[in-house]
Amino acid sequence: MKIAIASGKGGTGKTTLSTNLGSFLAENNDVVLVDLDVEEPNSGLFLKSTLIKKYDKFRMVPEWDLTNCTLCGNCQKVCNFHAVITLKTKVMVFPQLCHGCYACSELCPNNSLPMKQEKMGELKHFKVGKLNFVESRLDVGQEQAVPLISQTLEFVDEKYTKETIKLYDSPPGTSCPVIEATKDADFVILVTEPTPFGFHDLKLAIDTMRVLKKEIGVVVNRYGIGNNDVIDYCEKENIPVIATIPNDRKIAELYSRGELLYDKITEVKKELEKISKFIFDRNIGGNK
Amino acid sequence: MKEIVVISGKGGTGKTSITASFAYLGGKDVVVADCDVDAADMHLLMEPKKSTAEDFYSGVLAEIDQNLCVKCGKCSEVCRWNAIPCKNDEYTVNPLDCEGCGYCARVCPMEAISMNEQNVGEWFISETRVNNTMIHARLGIGSENSGKLVAHVKNKAKMLALETKKDFIIVDGSPGIGCPVVSSLSGAHFVVLVTEPTVAGLHDLRRVYQLVNKFQIPAGCIINKADLNNEVSDEIKEFLDEEKIVHLADLPYDENFTKAMTLGKTIVEYDKSKLRETLTDTWNEIKRIVM
Amino acid sequence: MKIAFTTQGTEWDSKMDPRFGRAAWILVYDEDTDKFSSIDNSDVAGEAHGAGPRTAQRLFEFQPDVLITGNGPGGNAGTALKEAGIVSYIGAGDMTVKEAFSAFKNNSLKKA
Repeated sequence: MKIAIASGKGGTGKTTLSTNLGSFLAENNDVVLVDLDVEEPNSGLFLKSTLIKKYDKFRMVPEWDLTNCTLCGNCQKVCNFHAVITLKTKVMVFPQLCHGCYACSELCPNNSLPMKQEKMGELKHFKVGKLNFVESRLDVGQEQAVPLISQTLEFVDEKYTKETIKLYDSPPGTSCPVIEATKDADFVILVTEPTPFGFHDLKLAIDTMRVLKKEIGVVVNRYGIGNNDVIDYCEKENIPVIATIPNDRKIAELYSRGELLYDKITEVKKELEKISKFIFDRNIGGNK
Repeated sequence: MKEIVVISGKGGTGKTSITASFAYLGGKDVVVADCDVDAADMHLLMEPKKSTAEDFYSGVLAEIDQNLCVKCGKCSEVCRWNAIPCKNDEYTVNPLDCEGCGYCARVCPMEAISMNEQNVGEWFISETRVNNTMIHARLGIGSENSGKLVAHVKNKAKMLALETKKDFIIVDGSPGIGCPVVSSLSGAHFVVLVTEPTVAGLHDLRRVYQLVNKFQIPAGCIINKADLNNEVSDEIKEFLDEEKIVHLADLPYDENFTKAMTLGKTIVEYDKSKLRETLTDTWNEIKRIVM
Repeated sequence: MKIAFTTQGTEWDSKMDPRFGRAAWILVYDEDTDKFSSIDNSDVAGEAHGAGPRTAQRLFEFQPDVLITGNGPGGNAGTALKEAGIVSYIGAGDMTVKEAFSAFKNNSLKKA
């Protein structure tokens, strides 16, 4: 069972929901929480975890080998991303701009740009009580999130069985990283706020998920503030509102300190129970 | 003409609400550029009346001319993204997977593959209800914000500001630490960092400031919801001290932010007391610094 | 000495362009011959990514000793300029080319 937790805009409570739901479900189930927001992985700030193992993650980029290079300039010509430039005396590669297409390397007449591994980030595998937690973090200076997200998903698929509940804390927005993080999921929970900004960005996220043909449900955070537009819209569009997390300054304070909520605030625990019931009743992924 | 860029690193800190307040206070002296095109929300408060709309093209995708294709499969072989599967004896490009590298086009013996610019959305020039000129954009699904789009929006803003002799350009900056935010910062006279005293807020502030520092642009910081966590607030202030960032203001945790937004108003229109006063003072302070 | 400027035009009185990668023009002044050469760089603004290295590549063809610009080239372009032995000076974004040149001569520009 693979459930992605996403949102159109940042700061709506995606990480709050992921960490709380993960910890809650792990009390009675086999669960792995995966932080796929590799540019700003924040889930780990809320979990007191024990590291099991750390893995460096690599991608392939060309590295100049001067031995046979004639400075012909073909590499510079075939790179659509301006990641390779030819100077008077040498070839320079900008790994951050490289998308790893291999064109410069394989089309070089003198084999002067062999592909080499470059570290792009780290994957850490943790245990938090009964919860399994995987976090990937892009190194500062690396700009491409997608390769690290896809390698992280591969890792999780190898390590955990089909029956394990897999929760993906996804990156915000509607562009490539979120598509990578959700395209493999059986179900997507969109987290939003009942405000005009939240509503507007939720509609964008819903449109994106419809293009990907995903089943979706909505969790409304800071419920009670703003207006009813989100709830009305979901009703009209037949999108289930699975839970509502109340607007409460106490919650904001716990969040600011990096603490979990459901063990301290009963309303939150009740809402998590609703989500749990929803996913089991619905038999998401069809394996239980 | 001075360019002021507002950024935050993390979402949900109140960046857009604060930017909109400055736009309101600046009124007709201001050109607004919304470069947060991934979550372009500024228009919800500014009610821009669109006067000009144009398509925007960015990035390229491969397309195979089936009449020329001899089904040799070379394109599919070299593609690292498996974006050219063979279905029903026909090679076609899956646009969501194509990275636009053009390798396939270079190896095709029939020159059957063309790399075509993609229409990724639209951009607009508008008049807002508070008399700013506003440049903004809307992206299509799965389209990525890019340095190019941000540069384009900012360039238009600059041209208009020069033509009409406006004093300020206010930029609602892009999120994250990648290419779009680099483009947002380029050419700026002053950067306003909006943050919140949460562990995640501080974490992201540090990351995004590394970038600002690289460009050597003077910066100021607004701590929103400052009273939510005094400990982290103090930590942020220490960081500002160390980095010589002007501490512009502390704003309280205040639901008026959301209430104003729900009515489609800026905070300075909705709030009649302290919040309005602080933001007005902050705007005047920013003007003083950049002039 | 050859001095390169990122500009919005091709004359002494033209405004500087504070940006490096997406600068409208590159203007190169050769002190020895007292001559300008320039290239229209506006097509680079049409690149989604990698504008910095692309402009740097173009700049190298002029083989300047010094670059004068506004905010300073970003990481990639900065590295390339260094490799090519070009010294960059920043902070001239709001000047005209003439003003930027005299500021450079008076040592009042900052090294990137």
